[in-house]
Amino acid sequence: MSLLNVQNVSRHFGSLIAVDDVSMSVQSGELRAVIGPNGAGKTTFFNLISGLLPPTSGKILLDDLDITPLSPQQRVALGMARTFQITEVFPELSVRENLRIPVESAAGLRLRPWLSPRVDAEVSRRVAEFLEMGGLATKAERLAGELPHGDQRATEIMMALALRPRLLLLDEPTAGMGDQETYDITRLIRRLHRDHKLTIVLIEHDMRVIFHLADRITVLAEGSVLAEGTPPQIAADERVQAAYLGKAA
Amino acid sequence: MKRVSARTANAAIWILLLTMPYWMGAIGGYTELATRVIVLGLAAMALNFLLGFTGVLSFGHAAYFGLGAYGAAMTIKYIVPSTPLAIVVGVAVGTLAAAIIGALIVKLRGVYFAMVTIAFGQVFYFITFRWNSVTGGDDGLTGWHRQPLDLGFAQFPIGTNDKAFYYFALVLFAVAVGMMAILLRSPFGRTLLAIRENERRARFLGIPVERHIWMSFVISCLFASLAGTLYSLLSNFTDPRALHWSLSGNFVIMAVLGGMRSFWGPLLGAAIFVVLQDYVSSHTENWMSVIGLSFVLVVLFFPRGVLGIIKRRIAA
Repeated sequence: MSLLNVQNVSRHFGSLIAVDDVSMSVQSGELRAVIGPNGAGKTTFFNLISGLLPPTSGKILLDDLDITPLSPQQRVALGMARTFQITEVFPELSVRENLRIPVESAAGLRLRPWLSPRVDAEVSRRVAEFLEMGGLATKAERLAGELPHGDQRATEIMMALALRPRLLLLDEPTAGMGDQETYDITRLIRRLHRDHKLTIVLIEHDMRVIFHLADRITVLAEGSVLAEGTPPQIAADERVQAAYLGKAA
Repeated sequence: MKRVSARTANAAIWILLLTMPYWMGAIGGYTELATRVIVLGLAAMALNFLLGFTGVLSFGHAAYFGLGAYGAAMTIKYIVPSTPLAIVVGVAVGTLAAAIIGALIVKLRGVYFAMVTIAFGQVFYFITFRWNSVTGGDDGLTGWHRQPLDLGFAQFPIGTNDKAFYYFALVLFAVAVGMMAILLRSPFGRTLLAIRENERRARFLGIPVERHIWMSFVISCLFASLAGTLYSLLSNFTDPRALHWSLSGNFVIMAVLGGMRSFWGPLLGAAIFVVLQDYVSSHTENWMSVIGLSFVLVVLFFPRGVLGIIKRRIAA
């Protein structure tokens, strides 16, 4: 059954058509990669799904519920979480606090002026779990802004995960990373997908990462869907090769 | 280790505050000056709840400070001669105004927010300035006096005894500061820090940013109006300058001078401001240029404020 259903979505910026009549259906438990040359409209597409931008036309359904008019925080409440292409953490707060905020937000504690010791202990326990999962336990008291890029990215993914999402959107999770960091993040994402059965949509440039992780791939070019299929199908698709090689040449 | 030193610092601050009327005289001050320090310090700390811990700059906090001042003064003069009631009314008036205005401006950001807070502040300033028959206009509101406190089981001569009023103000200061400290350590307080650090990230963690900024604004203005009530009770007088935007600017200066990323910074800033004002203005009318110069130097060389310098000294 499809968890995310994007129906004929378009987004115009003045005369520029960034996303042009795109449809995409993601099954529950699937890991979908969205790829495409620079300027293909991938990030705009993500912003439409997550609610940063309203679409010019089209509909977005989550679990058959029309979420098109909902704000980002309403979409979060329905189980959607995202990261950004340029890592966005809370730089002057410790890693622990960075994770505490989404844990408390997801638990509906946002307006609490204090916590009972029992709830506080439960929150701390969950924060510790996410620190552990992201390999951040030894860096918990450091300021997030002082960490190396890879750790900041791991922090951001853990923040999204701390919201207990059903759908996780990752915008270029390995952008700007070295080999080791890319490997670590890829392993982390695969674990989330395999062990936690999380539905993930990710934008990615690194083909090794994509072919290693994705169940299916959607290829965008110039704002519309060029092809969709399993990694072997996409690898063999001549139009996809033309689009990439055409750009490269 | 860090927690121990923070606790020591807190204890030192409270001991200084508890004994201030007794050593203020020795360094050339007087009890009323001590009261001014904690009252304006409370206003600056209230402003900093919004500025330093939510990341929203208001240039109009004097409006709520002044509404508190007038609310208290007019309650005693026109309605009932009771100090506690005067404070309750003053705080209620200031907070209600903040709740309404806050709801109108909460979508604005940065310099637009600051400009609109100035504009609303000036509206109240001109109302008190013009409405002679009720507010006393430019001459201010005189002919009333704060009343002794009678709790039934005990009486406190806060009406006439400066030291008694200092301790009365200090109790309210402590309650207000304690509440702000608790809020800032709570899940709600962390959402405010999140908004300060990265509004977009906060939004995508499910935090309703506008609602939380509004709440922070109202809480901040509530404590600013409390400071305002104490300010007019202190001098048994208030005038339109208590609402003027230049006073709002002074609150911002106190917060930044002392250190707006630290909880106690604005109190230190207020102390420096009030004492400089008192000493320098007895020698020259241009005392503001001394304040201005020290402000510029602090902003340029010590962006964490005077308290930031002290903290670094202790750490080193």
